[in-house]
Amino acid sequence: MSAPLLEVVGASKSFPGVKALDDVHLDLRAGEVLALVGENGAGKSTLMKLLSGVYTPDEGEFFLSGEQLAITGPKQAQELGISIIHQEFNLMPDLTIAQNIFIGREPRSGGVFLSERSLNRKTRELFDRLGLALDPSEVVGGLTVAKQQMVEIAKALSYNARVLIMDEPTAALNDAEVDTLFDLIRRFTTPTTGVIYISHRMHELRQISDRITVLRDGRYVGTVETATTPTSEVISLMVGREIVSEQRQSDESAPRETVLAVEGLSTKSLLKDVSFELRKGEILGFAGLMGAGRTEVARAIVGADRSESGTITLHGRPVVINNPAEAAKLGIGYLSEDRKQLGVLLERNVRENVVLASLSEYIGALGFVKDKKIERTAREYVTALRIKTPSTSQLVKNLSGGNQQKVVIAKWLAKDCDVLIFDEPTRGIDVGAKDEIYALLNQLAAGGKAIIMISSELPEVLRLSHRVAVMCEGRLTAVLENADATQENIMDYATRFSAYGTVK
Amino acid sequence: MTLTTETPTPKPAEARPNAARGALRGSLQQLLAFASLIVIVIFFSIASPHFFTTANIISIFTAATVTGTLALGTTFVIITGGIDLSIGTGMILCGVMAGVFLTYWGWPLWAGVLGAVLFGALIGVVNGFNVAVLKIPPFIATLGMMLIAAGLALVISGTKPIYFKETPDFQSIMNLSIIPGVRFPLGVAVFIVLIVLSALLLSKTIVGRYTFSIGSNEAATALSGVNVVKWKIIIYTISGLFVGIAGVLSASRLSSAQPTGGMGLELEAIAAVVIGGTSLQGGKGSIVGTVIGALIMAVLTNGLRIISVPQEWQSVAVGLVILIAVYLDMLRRRSA
Repeated sequence: MSAPLLEVVGASKSFPGVKALDDVHLDLRAGEVLALVGENGAGKSTLMKLLSGVYTPDEGEFFLSGEQLAITGPKQAQELGISIIHQEFNLMPDLTIAQNIFIGREPRSGGVFLSERSLNRKTRELFDRLGLALDPSEVVGGLTVAKQQMVEIAKALSYNARVLIMDEPTAALNDAEVDTLFDLIRRFTTPTTGVIYISHRMHELRQISDRITVLRDGRYVGTVETATTPTSEVISLMVGREIVSEQRQSDESAPRETVLAVEGLSTKSLLKDVSFELRKGEILGFAGLMGAGRTEVARAIVGADRSESGTITLHGRPVVINNPAEAAKLGIGYLSEDRKQLGVLLERNVRENVVLASLSEYIGALGFVKDKKIERTAREYVTALRIKTPSTSQLVKNLSGGNQQKVVIAKWLAKDCDVLIFDEPTRGIDVGAKDEIYALLNQLAAGGKAIIMISSELPEVLRLSHRVAVMCEGRLTAVLENADATQENIMDYATRFSAYGTVK
Repeated sequence: MTLTTETPTPKPAEARPNAARGALRGSLQQLLAFASLIVIVIFFSIASPHFFTTANIISIFTAATVTGTLALGTTFVIITGGIDLSIGTGMILCGVMAGVFLTYWGWPLWAGVLGAVLFGALIGVVNGFNVAVLKIPPFIATLGMMLIAAGLALVISGTKPIYFKETPDFQSIMNLSIIPGVRFPLGVAVFIVLIVLSALLLSKTIVGRYTFSIGSNEAATALSGVNVVKWKIIIYTISGLFVGIAGVLSASRLSSAQPTGGMGLELEAIAAVVIGGTSLQGGKGSIVGTVIGALIMAVLTNGLRIISVPQEWQSVAVGLVILIAVYLDMLRRRSA
């Protein structure tokens, strides 16, 4: 057999503090659809960005039909015949379909003026070839997400792509649209072309892919034939790691009182009928793939997003929470995954950040801020949480990620919250500091706080959570006791997509 | 995490089911702006017999010419999602440069006029460089240029008006009556030609296409292989060309290059663009809209003066019109 259509040998890429890809291998045969799978953070997107020229690799070689490639940028990758369709579309919503497809390559009539007619004609020819029924003169911003996706694909193919890379293309599509997409992919796949298809949806991979390549923690795990490999085996390749059992959260002792009960929570965009209880002194982990709706649950609870239906009961009393300020008043603190944007004021000092949520308690009768009292509180928390800072006057931007996170925690403790929702508490925090955050979470739970911890890292979920709630496509698919939870069954619940009706 | 289902493209399906309706709504918006212009004209025509006369209509167009010319150029910049605050004082500086070329240096008329227009383009190149290459936010970059131009106009002229003693014909550029019998000034004809040219440029050429494309999604435009830096410089330069032309027209109108004033004119021009339905977020806009916007402002000022509303109140009225126009536009977008 001849050389693979596309081959990646020994690709590595590091970012400050993280080795995103380590000696990764991949080969795409001509005429096949190769699925690429892996947990969140396994390195799929990084690999794709290397192939599409968005990043340059630290090490590694790329071959297209046996010839070595040097990919220098997105435009050049496209000219070489490698086209990528990103999760976020790269379309200009105010332009028409035809204008979008031929942006940068506009046909002209008589030199100066653009010819809309020949633009639309060329686009229609392209659509005829692809069997797409779209009007080239429609404005892209008015199209459904599915049709925008079709436009993206048509744009990619108009460059005479030989390798088409699709990153979670079905995330926003319904079943009929997925079928149309698959038709398009099959029509594209000829003996001289190939598709790399990234997705978490196991049943879709079964429908569309020939082989499956698995990445884990930035490393190449293996490639299997789709037809002969059971899904469970693919999942176990994805998860791999074992968790040392003594590290795991020890079992619950006595049943504890319920602090927060959520019943039938739904939002217009994503969440469907989410119900769970959060108990005093427990850490309830939320696991799921990207886009499963974990953050949305947190945002709906604290009123940052409007919920369509559902009731929230706090300490046995039904409450209505319209915005995060009301949530904070009720003692529910939300620690955002986006710490720098939504968690701390980077340009202000530790002191101000600690009392930010509870500032009204530090105002004297005349309306002046009680600086001494603030300083006392801030020092207490700096000591209690072991925040490493020369003084409370230090600007938060000068602290490490772990210490910034502690400042956010201090803020909510100062507000006297008894429900704390941590969204990716260790994101962007280095390994040593993670342990400190873990210890702090355990300490808070032992002290009687009720904690929801959303995390994309399964080992983290298993290590900290007393119970694990698993989400998929906006639904809660399981709540597992820590003793019953394994990476495999969490992954299984996290991929129970409604298309197959496995979950009601 | 968790944002996989979101796309950056402003939303979606349910909003605008098909292009025909989108296009219809787009022209409806222009129709509305045009209709409000008609309503205002009818109102003043009834309110005063002196309003709807040939002479007065020509004087409205004359009044709209300078601001309108600035507005045409800055429409391009605003559609890219940028802003150009330097057009008002830049125009004054270009007028002063016309005085320098023609009066101080004794250039022939055509050379002095061309020089002043190209000087405007130079201001645009610098703005474009600062915005596209140095990545200074457009507001700041052009705010700086606004102050620089205001100061240079004073320095170069020695704070005194420059009169066009050597080239008496200079004042004809704006004021020459080109239709016997009616006093239809050449400047207005120039304005009309500029309208047609800029409309063609925006809707039929590659410059216009990239103007919309950059304003619609700059990152995606760049990823599609368009040299965004180059085109942004070109677009700011176009705005600068219009500034130069406006500088010549304005100096010609006054038969002298006045080194002061101009501060605030940029806001009038931006107001005209915004009233005409061009979005400050970029991606949307039209020359027709800008012209209607400029006319609405000129008609208001003229009409209110004719029905003897004190000048202080005219500004209040224009301010209200801006607020109403933009609010209506937002309502339309929200319901769309």
